[in-house]
Amino acid sequence: MTPNFSRRRALALGAGAVGMAVLGASTGSALAKNDSEEAIKKFTGGKTPVQGKIKLDLPEIAENGNTVPMTVTVESPMTEQSHVTEVLIVADENPRSGVATFHFSPASGIAEANTRIRLASTQDVIAVAKMNDGSFFIASKQVKVTIGGCGG
Amino acid sequence: MAVKPRIKLDKKEAKKGDIVEVKALVSHVMETGQRRDATGKVVPRKILNKFACTVAGKQVFAADFETAISANPYIQFKFKAEQSGPVVLTWTDDDGSTIVGEETITVS
Repeated sequence: MTPNFSRRRALALGAGAVGMAVLGASTGSALAKNDSEEAIKKFTGGKTPVQGKIKLDLPEIAENGNTVPMTVTVESPMTEQSHVTEVLIVADENPRSGVATFHFSPASGIAEANTRIRLASTQDVIAVAKMNDGSFFIASKQVKVTIGGCGG
Repeated sequence: MAVKPRIKLDKKEAKKGDIVEVKALVSHVMETGQRRDATGKVVPRKILNKFACTVAGKQVFAADFETAISANPYIQFKFKAEQSGPVVLTWTDDDGSTIVGEETITVS
């Protein structure tokens, strides 16, 4: 009886510990989002991007997180002297922050791209644009997702 | 796997300096590598991670795709018509294989 009891006790303790660990992990991830901030920092090289110039067009409510249409437009004359070189798109609560990076040049004429993205849950989509003069602009938009798009 | 992308230019003939819009759709699973199948095995990642468009040999637009791009990726962008030539769109898969589509633009 005694060894049995201790085994049961050990199992119960073990299960409790696992439960606590799972709980701890999930609350942890809810507080600290994914690595989107680091991704932006890496992209800007530590510079702080300024709000503006970017139009991020996403639906307010996305019923299906598997395909959310997204259009990003950056205001720029797109000449040799002044143009957008890259636009980074991240989503701050997807399992992985990266969505896409668009590369533009004066030959693009207009810095605009449209694609369809996956969003796991309601979250902010953030766009950071890099200009040829080394300045950065940022914009974000919250999308409410009804059904998540990551197979879960 | 011979995939034929669907590409549409909003105009096939343009004046120099015109903005041409390109829409392209390609069939691809865009598997994230995070999903598990019914037996609990991780479905291996398979993503078209790079896209590029050249017009008459000059790159006008490119993109790096991550896992958050939907299956059957759709891309729409614009370029400035400078000279006539082939509009070549290339998608590169994780395994290095490519999907290529081509259209022609006539610039007057």
